[in-house]
Amino acid sequence: MKPGTRLKSAACDTEVMVIRSAEGTIECGGAPMGEGKPADAALLAADFSTGTLMGKRYVDADGKYELLCVKPGKGSLAVDGVALVVKDAKPLPASD
Amino acid sequence: MNIALLLEMAADAAPDRIALVCEGKRWTYGELLAAARGAFELIRQSDAQYVALLDESSEAAVIAVFGAALAGVPYCPLNYRLPDADLAALLVRIAPALVIGDEERITRIAGEQGHTVLAREDFALKAQETVPTGDAREYDPGADETGGGVAIQLFTSGTTAAPKAAILRHANLLGYILGTVEFGSAEETDAALVVVPPYHIAGISALLSSIYALRTIVMLPAFSPEGWLELVRKERVSNAFVVPTMLSRIIEAMERAGSSEVSSLRAIAYGGGKMPLEVIRKALDLFPQAGFTNAYGLTETSSTVALLGPEDHRAALASDDPAVRARLTSLGKPIPTVEIEIRGENGEVLPAGEPGEIYVRGEQVSGEYKEKSALDAEGWFPTRDAGYMDEHGYLFLSGRADDVIVRGGENMSPGEIEDVLLTHPAIADACACAIPSVEWGETVGIALVLRDGHAAPAEPDIKDLVRARLRSSRVPEKIVFLGELPYNEMGKLLRRKVKDLLAD
Repeated sequence: MKPGTRLKSAACDTEVMVIRSAEGTIECGGAPMGEGKPADAALLAADFSTGTLMGKRYVDADGKYELLCVKPGKGSLAVDGVALVVKDAKPLPASD
Repeated sequence: MNIALLLEMAADAAPDRIALVCEGKRWTYGELLAAARGAFELIRQSDAQYVALLDESSEAAVIAVFGAALAGVPYCPLNYRLPDADLAALLVRIAPALVIGDEERITRIAGEQGHTVLAREDFALKAQETVPTGDAREYDPGADETGGGVAIQLFTSGTTAAPKAAILRHANLLGYILGTVEFGSAEETDAALVVVPPYHIAGISALLSSIYALRTIVMLPAFSPEGWLELVRKERVSNAFVVPTMLSRIIEAMERAGSSEVSSLRAIAYGGGKMPLEVIRKALDLFPQAGFTNAYGLTETSSTVALLGPEDHRAALASDDPAVRARLTSLGKPIPTVEIEIRGENGEVLPAGEPGEIYVRGEQVSGEYKEKSALDAEGWFPTRDAGYMDEHGYLFLSGRADDVIVRGGENMSPGEIEDVLLTHPAIADACACAIPSVEWGETVGIALVLRDGHAAPAEPDIKDLVRARLRSSRVPEKIVFLGELPYNEMGKLLRRKVKDLLAD
């Protein structure tokens, strides 16, 4: 998945922009994400339903994936079934 | 990848929150996004290759930067202070453009260049009235997913040759904002006072950062210290960025006024030139509630690459350790998303404490001009700024690499000589630069400005002062006294002008 690609959740309102990505399947709410929205919404999986937050960046443990949430939703993000976590950014003082 | 994403997210999350206050008019994030989409249509209809702004800061600057981004053409704000002939020479390099601003002047100096010209008010009004068709998502240029398109083109000031066109790609600017600003992190009452002109990188990054943080932008189109203080009071401004000359004039105005209502200010950032120690010390006293941040960055690096934060300022002021106190004059440490190295003449990386040229690398670093890229094979950008890093990682600037004085093969930084000169009670301002020398190739010349009510110190006394504090090679051979040193409107000392004066 190329950086800059926007992906939509099949199970909720979540949309992300890909910042970094590899060969795995990016999922939200337990279902694969795609550039378009499927006609029939996928069922939100209970294990992946903690929700996404606007403007947060989600990463995997190896630093291979980074997704920016540009629209929040009820599902949570994963790659090949492994949940992504919020990237902790150290806040900087406003410099401009 | 497109910087328009920043405004789209802000408008999605808080459509009715106040995004911008300019000359009494208030704009919400939703209104700004709608106007940017209208501007996109206007730009498309005009077949412009660029969107240029020849104007002071206003809502038009915000609408134009995002409208151009949506339309996939570079936004090119121009310096309206340039003489007609210089401006016409820049305008022809971006023809055909949609030029926003002084209609009469643009038509007069560049009427034959094929531009579409709109006055500020017309542009803002038409952008609001033009209702785009279709789904907003179509406005994100899908063909440019990697962010390789040019978002901003800024002409350098070009003191020696024709101005260079520095370009910043969407990926550079997004890298900067996403890496340094937390989305929606501002309180609803936060407001940032923007007074830097729109053609300066700090003026652009201020808009992008504030919008992504959901911090209201309060614009002051033309700086005056009284106007600045009045807006701080009236709009309860919490954040501000100033250049050193502005801060110094604000302090003078506060001292004249006796009292000023500035308690809302929590963060004051400064940059764009060397901050005199005396000014920052006074400022720390006059704004006890505010945290001060010194930001160092360049056009080619999408703004800030190093900063000295509020805690460092306070620690430096309170410390007895000269090394810690000296940090008040440092640029601070590199921000986490960039790398900084100091390199010698042969490109070798220098150890702590050794002066050389500052190199920067990171996603936000474009290091690129329309003509060619200045990046090396590993992506490092040579800033042409000279400086060193101390053993704790604090970066110190000594001046432009081109300003270094080379006397008989010995490199000397003007800054260290100036710092010594400024310790003299009669000297208010000082500039050291290279003057031609038959014996040494170059040697030191200095221009001094006297403090009001002080007599000029004798030349031998000045020479003794430098000799006592530095090596004898730093002792000036030529000394002139001036009424004031030449600065540009951003507070940058025009060393070349002083050099010319001293060479005569």
